[in-house]
Amino acid sequence: MTDTTTDTVPAVTYKVRKARHPILGFVLQQPLGAMGLLVIIIMMLCGLFAEVVAPYDPLQIDYMAILQAPSADHWMGTDDFGRDILSRVIYGARTALAVGFIASLAGCSIGAIIGMVSAYFGGWVDTIIQRLMDVLLSFPIIVLALAIVAILGKNVVGGIDINLIIAIGLPIIPKVARVIRSSALAIRELPYIDAARAAGFSHKRIVMRHILPNVTAPFLIMLTAYVAQAILLEASLSFLGLGVTEPTPAWGLMLSGSAAQYYQEAPWMIIFPGIAISLAVFAFNLFGDALRDWLDPKVRM
Amino acid sequence: MLAYTIRRILLMVPTLLGVAILVFLMLRLMPGDIVETMLREGGGNVPAHVIEQERVRLGLDKPIHIQFISWFGGILQGDFGASMWTGKPVLHEIGSRLELSLQIALMATFLAVLIALPLGTLAAIFKNTIVDHVIRVISIAGLAIPSFWLGMVIILLLLTFYGWIPPLTFTSFFEDPWRNLSQLIWPAMAVGYRYSAVATRMARSSILEVMQEDYIRTARAKGVYERLVVARHGMRNALLPVITVIGLEFAFLIGGLVVTEQVFNLNGIGRLFVQATTRGDYTMIQGLVLLVAVTFIMVNFLIDMLYAALDPRIRYK
Amino acid sequence: MIRSRFAVGAGFVGAALLTTALAAPALAEEPRHGGILNFAVGAEPPNYDCHANTSFAFTHPVRPHYNTLLRFVPDNYPEVEGDLAESWEVSEDGLTYTFHLREGVEFHDGSPFTSEDVRATYDRLRDPPDGVVSIRQASYSDIEAIETPDDHTVIFKLSGPNAAMLANFASPWDCIYSAEKLAEDPNFPRQNILGTGPFVFEEHAAGSHWIGKRNENYWDPERPYLDGYRAVFISGAPMVNALSAGEVLAEFRGHSPADADRIMQQLGDDGVRQEGPWACLLSVALNVEKPPFDDVRVRQALSLAIDRWGGAEALSRIALVRDVGGILRPGYDYAASNEELESLPGFGRDVEANRAEARRLLEEAGYSDLSFTFTNRNVPMPYTPVGVFLIDQWRQIGVTVEHEQLETRLYTDKLLGDELEAGLDYACDFMDEPSIQLIKYISADKSAINYTGSIDETLDRLYEEQSRELDVEKRKELIRKFEKHLLTQAYQFPTIWWHRIIVHHDKLKNWHITPSHYLNVDLADVWLAE
Repeated sequence: MTDTTTDTVPAVTYKVRKARHPILGFVLQQPLGAMGLLVIIIMMLCGLFAEVVAPYDPLQIDYMAILQAPSADHWMGTDDFGRDILSRVIYGARTALAVGFIASLAGCSIGAIIGMVSAYFGGWVDTIIQRLMDVLLSFPIIVLALAIVAILGKNVVGGIDINLIIAIGLPIIPKVARVIRSSALAIRELPYIDAARAAGFSHKRIVMRHILPNVTAPFLIMLTAYVAQAILLEASLSFLGLGVTEPTPAWGLMLSGSAAQYYQEAPWMIIFPGIAISLAVFAFNLFGDALRDWLDPKVRM
Repeated sequence: MLAYTIRRILLMVPTLLGVAILVFLMLRLMPGDIVETMLREGGGNVPAHVIEQERVRLGLDKPIHIQFISWFGGILQGDFGASMWTGKPVLHEIGSRLELSLQIALMATFLAVLIALPLGTLAAIFKNTIVDHVIRVISIAGLAIPSFWLGMVIILLLLTFYGWIPPLTFTSFFEDPWRNLSQLIWPAMAVGYRYSAVATRMARSSILEVMQEDYIRTARAKGVYERLVVARHGMRNALLPVITVIGLEFAFLIGGLVVTEQVFNLNGIGRLFVQATTRGDYTMIQGLVLLVAVTFIMVNFLIDMLYAALDPRIRYK
Repeated sequence: MIRSRFAVGAGFVGAALLTTALAAPALAEEPRHGGILNFAVGAEPPNYDCHANTSFAFTHPVRPHYNTLLRFVPDNYPEVEGDLAESWEVSEDGLTYTFHLREGVEFHDGSPFTSEDVRATYDRLRDPPDGVVSIRQASYSDIEAIETPDDHTVIFKLSGPNAAMLANFASPWDCIYSAEKLAEDPNFPRQNILGTGPFVFEEHAAGSHWIGKRNENYWDPERPYLDGYRAVFISGAPMVNALSAGEVLAEFRGHSPADADRIMQQLGDDGVRQEGPWACLLSVALNVEKPPFDDVRVRQALSLAIDRWGGAEALSRIALVRDVGGILRPGYDYAASNEELESLPGFGRDVEANRAEARRLLEEAGYSDLSFTFTNRNVPMPYTPVGVFLIDQWRQIGVTVEHEQLETRLYTDKLLGDELEAGLDYACDFMDEPSIQLIKYISADKSAINYTGSIDETLDRLYEEQSRELDVEKRKELIRKFEKHLLTQAYQFPTIWWHRIIVHHDKLKNWHITPSHYLNVDLADVWLAE
């Protein structure tokens, strides 16, 4: 379907000309996705080189410059501690992307493993896993996250709170497990898996050699999509005061607490971090969408 | 069909039990309890035996499994227990706030359908053209913008341009429909945008899928006018997945409401939930989580039944 | 006019209200009867029992239904006057308190109020039956016996002199209940309201509002002036908006400076601003059972690092803290003067010298690269700004601090537990009284709110002595000694005192700010201008 043209008779689909470089092909076929990718790359660079890009130290308190409107000195204004909002937004990219990537990667990987195990073994293993996934699915995400943060407390390793990652990654698991399970189920029914089993190959080998490659496309697509969700969830949790804590610069946190108090007299306090969250999530969704169309249009999220 | 229905109902039991156990355990594993909030919040010198006595009164001193059995036993008889905070029945507390949240949820759903069907259809008909791209951008933006932030921005705009502020208290639709709608339309929009985005995307892809089907091709081959094809044949069959996604999102609207109700000063389920969590009102949290889970599971069930009714293959699988 | 607004609800009339013309207030205005007072309350009470509650969320909506034995004079704190007591005598030795009660007072159900009700109430306070919570029980442990020689006389016999006793009888929490109802069910007040107060309970819509209407049979025929009140449960930005638009006329807890400025700006001439030091303090508590805080040099260094004078000025622009003080509220009779303060460690004006000393102390103690977790309460105002401020101050002497903000419940649990390293503790009392405020600092085995684990016999002895000392000057001296010893040991030390700012609509008359937001909330004396 990727290559169907816009004419009204899409009856015949034919293979993409493989000669083109894959990245170039992606850019040409998915201009919106390419734009998303560009935004993601810019944000990553900002996050990685925040020390160079940011005009101020994001923790620098300046009580002489509190709640200042955007100006030449402070392009996005200052917050109630006189801290430069632009610098905090730039450093916030680091927090958002790190938490988003790691949480999504962890959630998707565990979800994929569970999904594959469930599909491959079937029977009572499948039944039990599916019921457990149902339980997790029917749980409001906020409660899950709240409970995890509260039970586990804080556990900061290398500037990132591992327990926050768990709280954000956990709700991803059942969703990914479902999709991967159905993809894997479809493959399991194919004769060559039977053949492999008849040939006496180990479970591990069958899964690794035959099933895994076939679920890679949906996995990659979901990984991208859930980075977006993870960023959004991190922002919501921080907004509710359950995620990252002051004075760490994080977008969701910048919208909560005193920002919620002052946003009517100092709207810049919420406008810019909000745009940053939206833009990041937007870019990942755009890219994820394009990736799906490009890799495997049949995957349903 | 009957066998399938029974099997589906039986499958709901372990899920619900699982949710109940999980939420119960989670709350009990958390350090601190409601007595801390109730008695120590003022910072006064509260003697330890007073704290202990309150724990006993609330039954928090008993072993966890005893607490669970007495709570779950009550649920089976339709008694969700009393809020540990106010001492009033959980169902009563939820009931008094349900109308507001339900109304926002329904309004948001209505908005979502109103926006999603035409946009999704347009995007499908004009696939890969500029129309499709614009709609895609609009709907992806809906997924990207946090609803609490959208709510803040809406309030900011209304305040700046119209001097409007959220009313102090809720007016029921049956009391004064105009006041009621003018209060709730904004939060419904803040929540509904994301909702409509999800539905738009689903509408687009399912219409596209249906249009690949043989009978559509046949219709087209017969020379039926394109728009008519979509309207007559496509829409009806494409609706199912859209209904599915709307139903599933509906069950989870409470997530969006949690923050939006804070921003708009609304006394609904979402705010009750936030209050219950900060206070550590176990029975209330348990009641609310079960309520959401039951809604979710019921919606799932109804959708499955709908599919099964329409597609006999599912029943025999 | 308020009535009509009440009837149509409070939706879109804000602009119209702002233009309401007001006559220039005369010096002594004649109170006007009538009107419904709409005011905001930032939270909601868990139950209706005065003796079991601790929050302003309780006093603001519920207290107008009750009277106490004595009360603080609304416009002349800390002077005490009779409420249900008409007059009283204290014996020379301070051991006998005799109260003469008002006659002709009725509960809202029409039953007469007698000395038996006072006795039942104070018995419940000092020795609650099983299942009844009396939070401030300790304040009444000196009461040995309560006698009721006749229907309108109550005599309290104390086991020893108690400097705080008279103030205790004016405590806003000690609502007088009906003895008859308490006898039927000791927990009757938990879910029911039956008082003698100026307003009768009408409605509590959970999560939304609370309504009281005028008690037509109130013992003072002149008061209350209001026809009724409606407390609306809102907070944060919606509350500020409602105040700015005149939809509610007041909020009696206190505003951040920025909010106060904005409301004043919106209300213009219709706004009245009252402010003063608040009997609330955020202090740093260090777990002295745990290294490095078992080392007094480390504790002193952390206190020395704080630029209290500069910080007070800076923070007062964004947070509701402003006044530098020791262990008692600045401005209170027993509090240290500025000169006395400046001689205490950490209160000197020379910040650089303090910080140099702090660095030296840390080095000497072998902790020049100290780092720890600082536990704070997840409440934006003023906990977050003060927490961020402290972390920045400590950063300036080379100490790295991880900020941990927890929900109230998890936060108190952490403070109480052994896991605590350092935390931001708070004390917010309903009146100035050394015997109440100093409990926080006595040995941890004697105080439920000393989270540092410190054991210090000097402090315990000084505390006991000052609580029994009826002579003001001698008591002051004891308190100064206590303060100096505590701040030198620095188990816990004050940051900056809260500053209470109330902005209300000019239509609300005869309401006076007090150092505690628990006080002056019975609404008996306030009235509404046209």
